[in-house]
Amino acid sequence: MTWVWFHRFGSPPHFYRLASRLTPWFAWPAGLLCLAGLIGGLVLAPPDYQQGDGFRIIYVHAPAAWLSLMVYVVMAVSAAIGLIWRMPVAQAVAASCAAIGASFTLVALVTGSLWGRRMWGTYWEWDPRLTSELLLLFLYLGYMGLRNAIDDLGRADRASAVLAIVGVVNVPIIHYSVVWWNSLHQAPSVMKFGRPSMPPSMLIPLLLMLAGFTAYFVALLLIRARGELLRRERTARWIADALC
Amino acid sequence: MNELTADNLQLWRGEQHVLRGVCLAVSLGECLQVTGANGAGKTTLLRALCGLVPLEEGRICWRGDDVAFDRLAFHDELNYLGHDNALKADLTAAENLRYAVALRRRVTSAQIAAALARTGVAEAERQPVRQLSAGQRRRVALARVLLGGGALWLLDEPGANLDAHGQQLLRELIAQHLQAGGLAVIATHHALDLPGAPLRSLTLQ
Amino acid sequence: MTTPRVGFTRAAATLMARDLRLALRRAGDTLQPLAFFVVVTTLFPLALDPQLSLLRDIAPAALWVGALLSSLLALDLLFREDAQDGALEQLALCGVPFQGLLLAKTAVHWLLTGLPLVLIAPLAVSTLGAPYAALPGILSALLLGTLALSLIGAIGAGLTMGLKRHGSLLALLVLPLAAPVLIFGARATALAIEGQPLAAPLYLLGAFAVLAATLAPWALAAAVRIGLE
Repeated sequence: MTWVWFHRFGSPPHFYRLASRLTPWFAWPAGLLCLAGLIGGLVLAPPDYQQGDGFRIIYVHAPAAWLSLMVYVVMAVSAAIGLIWRMPVAQAVAASCAAIGASFTLVALVTGSLWGRRMWGTYWEWDPRLTSELLLLFLYLGYMGLRNAIDDLGRADRASAVLAIVGVVNVPIIHYSVVWWNSLHQAPSVMKFGRPSMPPSMLIPLLLMLAGFTAYFVALLLIRARGELLRRERTARWIADALC
Repeated sequence: MNELTADNLQLWRGEQHVLRGVCLAVSLGECLQVTGANGAGKTTLLRALCGLVPLEEGRICWRGDDVAFDRLAFHDELNYLGHDNALKADLTAAENLRYAVALRRRVTSAQIAAALARTGVAEAERQPVRQLSAGQRRRVALARVLLGGGALWLLDEPGANLDAHGQQLLRELIAQHLQAGGLAVIATHHALDLPGAPLRSLTLQ
Repeated sequence: MTTPRVGFTRAAATLMARDLRLALRRAGDTLQPLAFFVVVTTLFPLALDPQLSLLRDIAPAALWVGALLSSLLALDLLFREDAQDGALEQLALCGVPFQGLLLAKTAVHWLLTGLPLVLIAPLAVSTLGAPYAALPGILSALLLGTLALSLIGAIGAGLTMGLKRHGSLLALLVLPLAAPVLIFGARATALAIEGQPLAAPLYLLGAFAVLAATLAPWALAAAVRIGLE
């Protein structure tokens, strides 16, 4: 029975309708959660005793960093499903994820760099998190570059799926090797916030922002995936029905 | 008894529906000629039969078994000649043959020399392939097909670059192969007259 | 028509013999990455103050960046020519496991690019001012590192083999994936030069090489098949 559901989900017109219906259910909560998180983080939470108000950038930086990683995993899993089960919907989802993930990575890098400017005085300090994010950005760029370079869509899908799978296996290794590398040099890291020691007034807005970003990602993914499907299936008959 | 059958082969290349429900059946001693205009999908069909291009739908059966279950066994009995000769330009003709055939069958220098003589390029044996003409290279590639064994020959425009003698040679080689109990699927622009062999043809639009 | 068929080991041996013979015939092309490595590692001292202590500090970095870049240079040749003249298709159709044949090609590539790096490491080490006692550690690190680089690079080469304008795409694909090799390899080399035990980074490097060896057969075969379509 699960297989029937799986394959219906993978049919383009079905997915298109489902995505259209679900988008508001993620878009509105995304807006509300982010609003609540921003109010809680920027206004209500007290300033950190060590960093003053500068730490507040964490409310954008941490969710963006977390999402950048999560989107890569979603992209790789979706590409793998598309490769193994030959599902065009899964390939469309993977293709849509790439730019979103790269953008989150860029946001994490920029906010991290700004935070570093505040804390260290320079825009870059080879902090393990930032370095890891930089390598993740290269992985995204490589994925998008490979997709772009291959003309035939089917081959582009499959080749980039192989790359994404190889990448996702390596992401934890790359991350931990960078952390290990950095720990040897004892560089000061501002990115550490010990979980138990973070008071609820700081933690809750962070979690709200995280949930909001995630909902935003899903909503954006659904919109982009619909557009991607329209582009791929533009000669199919169900398009005319769906758009009227 | 059909050795090679294909049912309802469907294949898209990008947005183009190249193979639309192609069916074919070839038995021992038969040669199927695939004809059609440029771009009709002859090369794609041959490559799909080899398994180099994945099919969206359809089944290919060799000796009754679905090819997808044991590709290696199918490939073992398959001999493919594509547009490219698959010859390394820096090696001599004999070296090329030795390395190419030794991937599949044991072969001796005498056999290589004999094959080159059979295809009319005995003089090229010790010449680097980059010094040979296009016609000579094609003949060396034909010698590879001769030596490679395999009951099923899949040849894509085998007569390309061959002069009149070469075309005659090609016809003889294929006819001999069919008489020895092999079968062949050949993609070609114009029909090949094979002495003493039934000619069947499949035209792609 | 039915001469005895050959098994996988013999087919792989034939393939490796062919690739080695081709490499010998084109010795100029084969030696280029090696020459590049020597040039890069000897350029570092030129760009810096030639005081020996400073050289010793950057020796690991220079060695490994040189190894990485020269490996990238050699990767392009791995599949491109075979793909263009149709020889790669014949490998896919010869009735023995394709994954194994591709690994055999990668092994030859390593013999021609990775192994020479390991062998000329003593020369590079002396020009960079490192003590000879560091040699065994440096050699083992280079051995494992170049193996991992060849495997990961082969995956990248397989993915980009059919592309005309691939340019720097291969580098972009391979470099992030090769970052752990750079990190662990350079660290192991640095520890060797200081005379300290380097078991930790060496084991990590070895583990990464094993991961690459596990992942590469599937990824290579998948990538090359897609490129052959």
